[in-house]
Amino acid sequence: MTKVAVQFTLNDEEQNEFVDSGSTLLAVLRGKLGLYSTKAGCHQGSCGACTVIIDGEPRLSCLTLAQRCTGRMITTIEGLTRDGALHPLQQAFMEGFAAQCGFCTPGMILAAKSLLDRNQSPSRDDVIDAISGNICRCTGYEPIIAAVLAAAEQMRAEMKKSA
Amino acid sequence: MSVMLEAARQIRLVPALQAKGAMIVAGGTLAVAELNYGQGADGTLIILDRLGLDRIAVVGKKATFGAMVTMAEIARDRRLKFLHPVCNSIGGPAVRAMATIGGNLFAPAPYGDMAASLLALDAEITIHDGKSAKKYPIEVFFRQRKKLERCLVVSVSFTLPASGSFRYSKAVRRKPVSASVVTIAALLPRRGGKVVGARIALGAMGSHAIRAYKAEAALEGRSLDSATIAAAAAQIAEDASPADDAYASAWYRRQVVPIHLARLLAA
Ligand SMILES: Cc1cc2nc3c(=O)[nH]c(=O)nc-3n(C[C@H](O)[C@H](O)[C@H](O)COP(=O)(O)OP(=O)(O)OC[C@H]3O[C@@H](n4cnc5c(N)ncnc54)[C@H](O)[C@@H]3O)c2cc1C
Ligand code: FES
Ligand code: FES
Repeated sequence: MTKVAVQFTLNDEEQNEFVDSGSTLLAVLRGKLGLYSTKAGCHQGSCGACTVIIDGEPRLSCLTLAQRCTGRMITTIEGLTRDGALHPLQQAFMEGFAAQCGFCTPGMILAAKSLLDRNQSPSRDDVIDAISGNICRCTGYEPIIAAVLAAAEQMRAEMKKSA
Repeated sequence: MSVMLEAARQIRLVPALQAKGAMIVAGGTLAVAELNYGQGADGTLIILDRLGLDRIAVVGKKATFGAMVTMAEIARDRRLKFLHPVCNSIGGPAVRAMATIGGNLFAPAPYGDMAASLLALDAEITIHDGKSAKKYPIEVFFRQRKKLERCLVVSVSFTLPASGSFRYSKAVRRKPVSASVVTIAALLPRRGGKVVGARIALGAMGSHAIRAYKAEAALEGRSLDSATIAAAAAQIAEDASPADDAYASAWYRRQVVPIHLARLLAA
């Protein structure tokens, strides 16, 4: 198997890796970098469990070839916690019981983060659209939608305070 | 699996690589899924990232899209508001950020919602065969799609529709987005209140997007009153050959397409 060099920024840290040509970002994150929060579900784009943020947009890491990530900024859920403090989305998911088994949670939170980064006052429909590519098989979507809306409110309040 | 990625440096070099069996990966939403499942796994993948095919140009009444333009990019473009419902009906946001307009032309049914819209819009597809670029009317492109799989789609262009003349509907089993049960894209230009030169395209009603010629004929020269709508709805499935799949049976698709067309025309 041919190895190729890839360089990208992962959760604000430079990564230089030799990876198998043709391997997916998901395989590199889990298999090479040991970042198991990015979940491997369907490997065909249907479940959203492998969602990461690349250059500000949600992407499916199972369908992203690692070699194409050179020069990109990638965020996985490990990159959301700052100095041990949870991101408001993580906090809201925890407080609102928006995770049961947790398998869909990293993908859900990153899909929601891509929305909140662009739109601080999302409507319920905006949230439904943002997570429409992410499947949850146990919590149910209502607590997840409520948690995203609660996190948005919290983030707006924090911004107001710091303004 | 043994796969090599080759970043194409010039458009004219891509068809030669394809002729040797290399496969284009655009957004990868279909192509990489196939690789993950061991299909087409051995060989070279051609990446088009550096060819400048990611631009949208709107000049006068003409819109041109590089083949690598994504659904998300079109959905952000305020000049193309009439296409936003189409883009936003394709997968979730992560799929839209990856899925390209070029790849949509090759998507197998029930996918191909943008392709159906481009068919209604009478788009022209520019293809490079390694020697020169040629323009194909989209219907010719679909007829020859199997053969053209070994060519590079460079761009897609069409004349912007008159305001309010393009309509789109997609029936799905799971809201807000899912693969199509039936997709209808309609261009309904009007002169003096009468429809002139209607183009109705259907997705998920054949192996690729198709025109509904008989329904179009039922609209020609008429105003969109209830009798005309009923006549067009009665003809809508005439040119179709839908398939059974996980989303709907062929029988169901035939049953519901007249209802969705009538709703779209009455809207
Ligand atoms: C979860 C999920 C949901 C989806 N939902 C929808 C939906 O609702 N509607 C819909 O229409 N589609 C849907 N799709 C299918 C797909 O995402 C889109 O059709 C998309 O536009 C395909 O584009 P791509 O760039 O990802 O193609 P790729 O996967 O990169 O390529 C697909 C095929 O086209 C060929 N190809 C790509 N670009 C070119 C080019 N420029 N020249 C020549 N050949 C080329 C490739 O070689 C390959 O054979 C969905 C996919 C997933 C995974
Ligand atoms: S593992 Fe990527 S979408 Fe399911
Ligand atoms: S919490 Fe179990 S799948 Fe969503």
